[in-house]
Amino acid sequence: MAWNLFGGKKKNELAETSESDSSNPEDGESDSPAGDGGSSDASPADPTAEKKGFFGRFKQALVKTYSVLNTDVRDLLKNEGRLVDDDFLKELFAILIKTDMGAGPASKIRDEIKSQFRGRKVYMADFIATAKTTIREIMDQPERPIEYAESGPTIVMVCGVNGAGKTTSIAKLTNMFIKDGKKVVLGAGDTFRAAAVEQLNVWANRLGAEIVMGSQGGDPASVSYRAVEAAVKSNADICIVDTAGRLQTQTNLMDQLSKIRNVMQKVVPEAPHEVLLVLDATAGQNAISQAKGFSAAAGCTGIVLAKLDGTAKGGVAIPIRQEFDLPVKYIGLGEKEDDIALFNVDTYVDALFPESFGQE
Amino acid sequence: MFDSLQKGLQSAFKSLRGKGKLTEANMRGGLEMVEQSLLEADVSYQVVQEFMGTVTEHALGEKVLLSLNPDEQLVGIVNQTLIETLGPVDNSLPTGQDVNIYMMCGLQGSGKTTTCGKLARLLKKEGITPLLCAADLQRPAAIDQLHVIGDSLGVPVYSDRENKDPVQVCNDAVKKARADGNKVVILDTAGRLAIDEELMQQLKNIDRKVQPHQVFLVVDGMTGQDAVNSASAFNDALELDGVIMTKLDGDARGGALLSVKNVTGVPIKFIGTGEQLESLEPFRPEGMSSRILGMGDMVAAVEAAQELVSKEEQEKLEQQLAKGDFDLNDFRNHMQKFANPGIMMKMMSLIPGMGQMRELMGNEDHTGEIRRMVGIIDSMTAKERKTPKVIDQSRRSRIATGAGVAPQQVNELIKQFEQMKPMLTGMAGGSANDKMEMLNKMKEQAMSGGKMGPREKKGTGARLSAAEKKKAKKLREKDRKKRLKEKRDEKRSSK
Ligand SMILES: Nc1nc2c(ncn2[C@@H]2O[C@H](COP(=O)(O)OP(=O)(O)OP(=O)(O)O)[C@@H](O)[C@H]2O)c(=O)[nH]1
Ligand SMILES: Nc1nc2c(ncn2[C@@H]2O[C@H](COP(=O)(O)OP(=O)(O)OP(=O)(O)O)[C@@H](O)[C@H]2O)c(=O)[nH]1
Ligand SMILES: [Mg+2]
Ligand SMILES: [Mg+2]
Repeated sequence: MAWNLFGGKKKNELAETSESDSSNPEDGESDSPAGDGGSSDASPADPTAEKKGFFGRFKQALVKTYSVLNTDVRDLLKNEGRLVDDDFLKELFAILIKTDMGAGPASKIRDEIKSQFRGRKVYMADFIATAKTTIREIMDQPERPIEYAESGPTIVMVCGVNGAGKTTSIAKLTNMFIKDGKKVVLGAGDTFRAAAVEQLNVWANRLGAEIVMGSQGGDPASVSYRAVEAAVKSNADICIVDTAGRLQTQTNLMDQLSKIRNVMQKVVPEAPHEVLLVLDATAGQNAISQAKGFSAAAGCTGIVLAKLDGTAKGGVAIPIRQEFDLPVKYIGLGEKEDDIALFNVDTYVDALFPESFGQE
Repeated sequence: MFDSLQKGLQSAFKSLRGKGKLTEANMRGGLEMVEQSLLEADVSYQVVQEFMGTVTEHALGEKVLLSLNPDEQLVGIVNQTLIETLGPVDNSLPTGQDVNIYMMCGLQGSGKTTTCGKLARLLKKEGITPLLCAADLQRPAAIDQLHVIGDSLGVPVYSDRENKDPVQVCNDAVKKARADGNKVVILDTAGRLAIDEELMQQLKNIDRKVQPHQVFLVVDGMTGQDAVNSASAFNDALELDGVIMTKLDGDARGGALLSVKNVTGVPIKFIGTGEQLESLEPFRPEGMSSRILGMGDMVAAVEAAQELVSKEEQEKLEQQLAKGDFDLNDFRNHMQKFANPGIMMKMMSLIPGMGQMRELMGNEDHTGEIRRMVGIIDSMTAKERKTPKVIDQSRRSRIATGAGVAPQQVNELIKQFEQMKPMLTGMAGGSANDKMEMLNKMKEQAMSGGKMGPREKKGTGARLSAAEKKKAKKLREKDRKKRLKEKRDEKRSSK
């Protein structure tokens, strides 16, 4: 169905062509002085509840992915196993593709199954073992929390495309660090998007972090410089700098990221210690181009995979891990400050293909 | 990617050229490549399957044309099918009511708030000052964001920071619009997951109690396979009237749009091509089709070419072209610039139908070819360079001797010059989308020049007549009923 033409039902027509270049206004003059965030009600939670919460939440989010794979694969394998023929392999490929892992990894898993089981009957347990091994091999990473500076504040820069979840992820990380008893300074380096500074400021106030802000349209490098400076002066443990969303194809804006890096180094030579790339988990194959572009321009050290609660699939992490030497560090699981977890391969793979799979 | 699709198809079809008809068997390799390319573009798996079925149907039994490579022919069919599927065009914003209410909805961060501003700007240009309503009471500083956008446009924004009920806020905004005489109210709702039942219910409540006339789904252009799920969930909850896809200023191929169109059937209205409020373009299926097929590369090639030409040169060129005095001297200068990392080749290979030119340019060392072309032009007199028309047979052999080439090559060069002219015109200005469109036109020209025969169904991109709209609406109605029925049947059978 549906390859026919559907109609519009609109009467008054109104249309316009507009061409435009998208570029943030570059480098304004310097900004207003740093403002201190009021430390409001950031109530540290019970750490044990928190641990359980992390793990539970992680599973919970991935259960959605799992349930897609689970029901599909269950259908595919039935309980008594199935002959591995062309139809079987095609169905398997479809299931894997739907996770956004991309055609490459999906074919790899399919071919693995094919070479092992072609012409034979495959059972749930065989299938799971093979699929798990393959994904684990591709992902191949330990848990990777933020790496702290040897001395002085750890400087973290956060970048990514528009609307990926950068600012919210910063709020989540801040919350995590503050609960850990650390002092955090935030830099409102998105001086471009409407009310981006206010957004981070709301979070700073909520969580009790210090914040350095510039004026709307001001120079992001200068804000970043002052944020790092403030972190050093006030003996903070962590300084996290937000940046405006940008597309990896916008060369001038990508250069701006290098500039931000450079000015940070004027205050702390090893800065930034971490450059986190925030990826939207609903994104498809373009996330690969993002990982490439941002790594080249900003020297990313890790990925935050946001909005993993939203999509039924978390497979985008697989090709990214495969193509770049970039570990996934954290995952975002909602809009609240607690909705973050460390990325863990085993949990991830287990959640994709749990042991209880097919046992009912 | 288009590049590699094209190349792959070429080898897949090598043996096919000029032989009989396209059949399922002899197209298999090519079809698989197209399928792979669509998956890479993030078209959802099931949508790719359906689409390939349609393409195969269209292609089956068509004669393999001598004048075209079969790969070009298949790409042409795929392209045409994509255009038909993504269309028809309807960029209208209805303003027939006293107060017209538009509601924006979509996943978190898809671009709703920004798009509210873009639509407001569009309306304002048409002489309608809309009222923006801040109905996102969730995201930190969402209300501020809308106020900043409204202020920058000089468009009023209604917000109520004390109120926690979006339905009430929306109703108050509509009341205010009625009182103040704003013909349009645009509701900026909070981003939400299609699987978040509570928030989806909230959206349904707004829909039921505020009764927007138009509900627009805002979809991120970078969305992957999940697009089918979220779009159908929003459509089921709200019955959408239009789709707007954002963030198409980057290199995302935007295949999700095909998925969204397929599952919702509602028209695609606009595309967002930047963060600025003027970066909203009416949707054009032709441009989108090329993009999904990998024209991102094409844009990149054009942009790369553009980078070689400085701004002043571009301006000069534009003036020349406008006056029509772009001559072989200028051609020579530009050619010399293209004698540089594969750009020419890339551009040629990106345009199906430009095969002869590709061949002329040579397959590997085209810089040598370009040097030779420059040599030919250098052998011409000033008059010949200015007005190539004067080059008759005797002049031609003189030039050929001077440049040490065959007279035929002088002819080719002049032909090529004529072909290059519109291409350079396109590159001399305009947005990336304009460029893409221009290249598309050239491609179409080249293809119809290749005697594709009477093309069935042309101009799906044209605006619809009243009768066509009526017919289309009927079809849509019919399809929706069918959809509903299917869903009911499904539910029943799963019980
Ligand atoms: N469901 C869900 N929503 C999220 C998550 N992370 C962020 N969001 C939402 O996504 C939207 C965009 O998040 P932001 O943090 O503003 O994104 P950003 O990358 O800073 O955006 P720009 O600065 O505009 O480029 C907001 O509505 C967030 O609440 C997540 O893990 N899950
Ligand atoms: N490059 C580009 N960025 C865009 C486009 N449209 C919106 N954006 C950016 O995408 C980000 C998110 O846009 P918003 O308008 O805040 O998205 P939203 O859907 O309202 O987000 P929530 O309210 O958090 O769900 C911002 O950084 C915008 O500037 C576009 O067409 N191109
Ligand atoms: Mg932000
Ligand atoms: Mg918004």
